[in-house]
Amino acid sequence: MAAPKQKEPFVRIVKRDSISLGKSVAIRIAAILLSLAFCAVLIYSITHSNPVQVYRSMMDGAIGTGRRTWNTLRDTMILLVTALAITPAFKMRFWNIGAEGQILVGGIATAAVMRYCGNSMPTLLLFALMILVSLAAGLIWGLIPAIFKARWNTNETLFTLMMNYIAIQLTSFFSIAWEAKKGSGNIGTINQKTQAGWISTSFLPDIFGNFNYSINVFIVLTLTVLMFIYLQYTKHGYEIAVVGQSENTARYAGINVKKVILRTMALSGAICGFAGFLLVSGSSHTISTSTAGGRGFTAIIVSWLAKFNPFVMILISFFLVFMGNGATQIASEFQLNESASEVITGIILFFILGSEFFTNYRLIFGKHRKEANE
Amino acid sequence: MSFLWAVFKGIFSVTFVQKAITQGIPLLFGATGEIVTEKSGNLNLGTPGIMYMGAIGGLAGAFLYETGTEAPNGLIGILCAILGSLLFSLAGALIYSVLTVTLRANQNVTGLALTTFGVGLGNFLGGSFSKITGTAGQITVYTTGQTFRTRIPFLSDHLGIVGDLLFSYGFLTYLAIVIALLASWFLTRTRIGLNLRAVGENAAAADAASINVTRYKYLATCIGGMISGLGGLYFVMEYLGGTWQNNGFGDRGWLAVALVIFALWKPARAIWGSILFGGLYILFAYVPLSQSMQEIFKMLPYVVTILVLVISSLRNKKENQPPAGLGLPYFREER
Repeated sequence: MAAPKQKEPFVRIVKRDSISLGKSVAIRIAAILLSLAFCAVLIYSITHSNPVQVYRSMMDGAIGTGRRTWNTLRDTMILLVTALAITPAFKMRFWNIGAEGQILVGGIATAAVMRYCGNSMPTLLLFALMILVSLAAGLIWGLIPAIFKARWNTNETLFTLMMNYIAIQLTSFFSIAWEAKKGSGNIGTINQKTQAGWISTSFLPDIFGNFNYSINVFIVLTLTVLMFIYLQYTKHGYEIAVVGQSENTARYAGINVKKVILRTMALSGAICGFAGFLLVSGSSHTISTSTAGGRGFTAIIVSWLAKFNPFVMILISFFLVFMGNGATQIASEFQLNESASEVITGIILFFILGSEFFTNYRLIFGKHRKEANE
Repeated sequence: MSFLWAVFKGIFSVTFVQKAITQGIPLLFGATGEIVTEKSGNLNLGTPGIMYMGAIGGLAGAFLYETGTEAPNGLIGILCAILGSLLFSLAGALIYSVLTVTLRANQNVTGLALTTFGVGLGNFLGGSFSKITGTAGQITVYTTGQTFRTRIPFLSDHLGIVGDLLFSYGFLTYLAIVIALLASWFLTRTRIGLNLRAVGENAAAADAASINVTRYKYLATCIGGMISGLGGLYFVMEYLGGTWQNNGFGDRGWLAVALVIFALWKPARAIWGSILFGGLYILFAYVPLSQSMQEIFKMLPYVVTILVLVISSLRNKKENQPPAGLGLPYFREER
């Protein structure tokens, strides 16, 4: 019997039931290679120099010297800890895009302790206090939108976003209130002479070299493992996953959704505050409105691309920081604006985001389907 | 009392209102574009990036024209600037639509990536464009900038205070208001506008009513993006007079996103909202406070936005809510 002739769509999209690990890795690597090739064309058209040479000088910029390698590692760790911080909230489908602000208030709290108690407290107590106040500050900043979300279902994406700018103005306020020279509007390096409250950069110099950020690396990698365990093997982690999948299911299973939202955002905010502590005490030793530097936003992308897996986040954070620092290097070599790094980061992200589609869906072109039906 | 008096005297002056409007117009463009986009259910957090792209696109268009001719004509400069601006912001909006609608990527993540990219692109080209094109110096378009700044002749200087308040701006200011009014009419009074809102409220129902959801989402996002981009163009042309300042546009893109909430997704409300936001943005300069306290004052627009967000969620009135499908993906097979 002749069926009425229907127009075959050129291509149809079918959701994959599952995808092998090898295939999903291959798709992502292909996306990254494509993005690098695209960037190479772009770089060539602007600088007219050999793209291979350009990528080599990017490598040089990111890991060319011991100092640069440590800087890249330091930036990777900050991005990683921020991504870890927002992951529990994210997994719960709570869009915390306020990491930027939570980092800043944590940083302000740390800077305050360094300024006022830095030279009058034993080191151990000083560090305990700095960590405690940074955790508390981030926690409060994260909890405010969570309370409104839990009670009145106030849109958390927009609320946390606005909290960023309040935190930025707060930072700006303290930058002037604590300014080093009158009228300069910046705090300058805190405790320059005594280095009180600075995380040591000469830890185990025999192994890591005279200048290193190994303590930062140890702390953040430990946190990575802890976060993996928390999300994967604890009751809290399970509750987060259920709430993220479906609030109604969670309620039906007897999970107190409000409590989970509040608890998870408190944790998320506190770890962001801790990232602020690492930034102020462990690398910049000062605080300004650019201290967080957009990491709160990039971290969201890191967490999402890693599918909430802390170990994958290590790779993605490293890759993004590597490319960013490398691009800054070529920009300065060719006397171009340093925002080149954001452009390249953006392009790579577009490619990876686009590739997600091919890991979730498969394309079937018109022809194949006909064969399958016969 | 003298404190309040000083503030009042500052605020009720012609220059304050003029400055508030000047600060408000980029936000109005941004917010109108974002409202049109959000009405299709797409929460485009890439708007700040798109506004940077619109800014640099316009500047690049006029720059290419002005460096290419001996005696540049301001009107052609304006055309080139608008064309460049629309092209760049369209490119940004297209990236967002392809990724979120066709490739089904997450909206928030894509939007944030687009903002990173767009702000970076603006600053990169703004700092390096003259080097790339092989001309020396800053990227500046004096003739076009001045033409953008041309006030309405006669009305602006023969009506005294009324002329100063209402007619002392370049044409983009009036364009912003006209576009906002048009958008308001379009969303509430036309069939296409109602269809668009249906897509944003409940895409599945719209699809069942044979509305082409994909086409609506694409068109709304692209047109919205181009409107937002004009806000960037306004900033570089009328505010800066045709030049680039590294990060000069600042966080105004996010303020435009905030204005969408404040306006409760109504473009007509965004008109006075933008002037209010513009006023709040510069209010600090009129308050006799120490420099550090002024920074606290600059929080005002954001605090007001949060208050509006909280109050509208408390009151829970149907017509004041975000589009129900905002930020949610729609794939026909996954209903």
